[in-house]
Amino acid sequence: MTDRHYRMRRVKDKAMHGIFMTMAILVMVPLASMVVYVAVRGLKRLDLDFFLHLPAPVGEPGGGMGNAILGTISMVAIACGVSLPISIMAAIYLAEFGKQGRYAFLIRFTADVLSGVPSIVTGIFVYQVLVRRVHHFSGLAGGLALGIIMIPLVTRTTEELIKLVPRTLTEASLALGVARWKTTLLIVLHAARGGIVTGVLLAVARVAGETAPLLFTALNNQYWPSGIDQPTASLTVQVFTYAIAPFQDWQDQAWTGALVLLIMVFGVGLGARLALRRTLIQMD
Amino acid sequence: MILLLALAMLLELWQAASPSFNAMGWRFFVEQGWDPVMERFGALAFVYGTLISSFIALLLAAPFGIGVALFLTEIAPRSLREPVSFLVEILAAIPSVVYGLWGIFALAPFMRSHVDPFLIACVGKPFFASPSTGLSLLTAGIILSIMILPTIMGVSREVFRTIPRGTREAALALGATRWEAIRVSVLLPSRGGLLGAILLGIGRALGETMAVTMVIGNRPEISANLLGPSHTIAAVIANEFAEATSDIHLSALAELGLVLMGITIFINIAARVLVWSTSASMGATGGGS
Repeated sequence: MTDRHYRMRRVKDKAMHGIFMTMAILVMVPLASMVVYVAVRGLKRLDLDFFLHLPAPVGEPGGGMGNAILGTISMVAIACGVSLPISIMAAIYLAEFGKQGRYAFLIRFTADVLSGVPSIVTGIFVYQVLVRRVHHFSGLAGGLALGIIMIPLVTRTTEELIKLVPRTLTEASLALGVARWKTTLLIVLHAARGGIVTGVLLAVARVAGETAPLLFTALNNQYWPSGIDQPTASLTVQVFTYAIAPFQDWQDQAWTGALVLLIMVFGVGLGARLALRRTLIQMD
Repeated sequence: MILLLALAMLLELWQAASPSFNAMGWRFFVEQGWDPVMERFGALAFVYGTLISSFIALLLAAPFGIGVALFLTEIAPRSLREPVSFLVEILAAIPSVVYGLWGIFALAPFMRSHVDPFLIACVGKPFFASPSTGLSLLTAGIILSIMILPTIMGVSREVFRTIPRGTREAALALGATRWEAIRVSVLLPSRGGLLGAILLGIGRALGETMAVTMVIGNRPEISANLLGPSHTIAAVIANEFAEATSDIHLSALAELGLVLMGITIFINIAARVLVWSTSASMGATGGGS
């Protein structure tokens, strides 16, 4: 009786083991499928033309997403310009001055909740604030939307990484009679610069892949960007437009666009990881 | 600044949504017809699509996310942990438009030719009725489940990590098998945190736009058939906002956005409180061991 009971327990244990193992393997299937699809289908149209040319009209061969790639890069740059000053200062405040205070807690909480707000809602917000007032879509609006999405992300990661700066370093500086603000600016920021780079890169990797907030802020454009007050194409919106279009050639290009997008996003993400590793080594 | 930003977002959306709210009142949420030309806006079908697709996603992603997190923290050999969690993090980094692309050209055809016929034959009506095009609530739910998996897994893993080693070893020492030790001393005390992880996952699923728009079929329809096309709040905003011409139409879409924002904020707050309170109580009891 006890023997059988024990055997049942053993069997159950083995079964659960197997189930968890299978789950871990199953989870890899969609990832593998996605990477293979994007690589195989995307390589078909991947050539220099894709990076250098404008989209061609339907039926005409050739054409690329040069303008969309440039558009994505420029809007991400605008996003950085908008968000970095605010978020890095907020991060410094949280890590160095606010600490465990009630106000700091409130800010942290708001930032966390804000990062959970769907990106399309941010798009509506920017539409109301900017696009509606000036009566046209623009790359600036797109960049602003991306910037708003970046703020909570950069703030939180940067704060965590500034906190990693050894206390002894700050204390040594204070003991030498350096003022508080000077210590923060010169010593802490200098030691945490790798961490800040990591936080920024991670956020950039995330917003470069955003589509929803761009649909009705930056819209799209068939031509090279001519200014930040003009509608601007982006890689993501272009992939979306081509993917739901009924033309084989466009669909092929959508895959290539996805491939380029993935390479960009992973490249930046890898850069973030490297920067993080270097900082952590330095701090040890 | 961040506080101001959050407030400004809420206020602007509120302002944008008010014309529609004034026109439709509460009927907005309980009526079904969505007709921009006639200026009639009933959001029920979108709410339905959003809820059901997120629910399907949750049904699939919650066991997998928690299971993989358990596997990584408790069972897997050390050499496997890093690579597996790295791969799952890659899933989180893939842009949603790429998910959508894969959904249209890989998942949807696969569903149409393999999964859907099987479901129709084995389970049948009312949930699985033919004909299936592959672009359906079910497909959207599956894509969403893949997308929220990293969230659920990541947070569950953090929760499991806060559990003190001691209780696990105590269970093992009392003669429990590996699984029994996990169930009693890991799963049970972390259930609040796991609920939080799941809620964070739902929060992501509700607001996910692009991938869903691309595979759900975009037809505002309320039906029990999971293989039929449907529509979600986020998807209708993405589809119609740039082309909406009348002010009231824009306002109705903004109201949907406000609803979405309200729900996700609420869910996020609830989730974070749950995760915190679990890890805080762990800290209190685990301090001595």
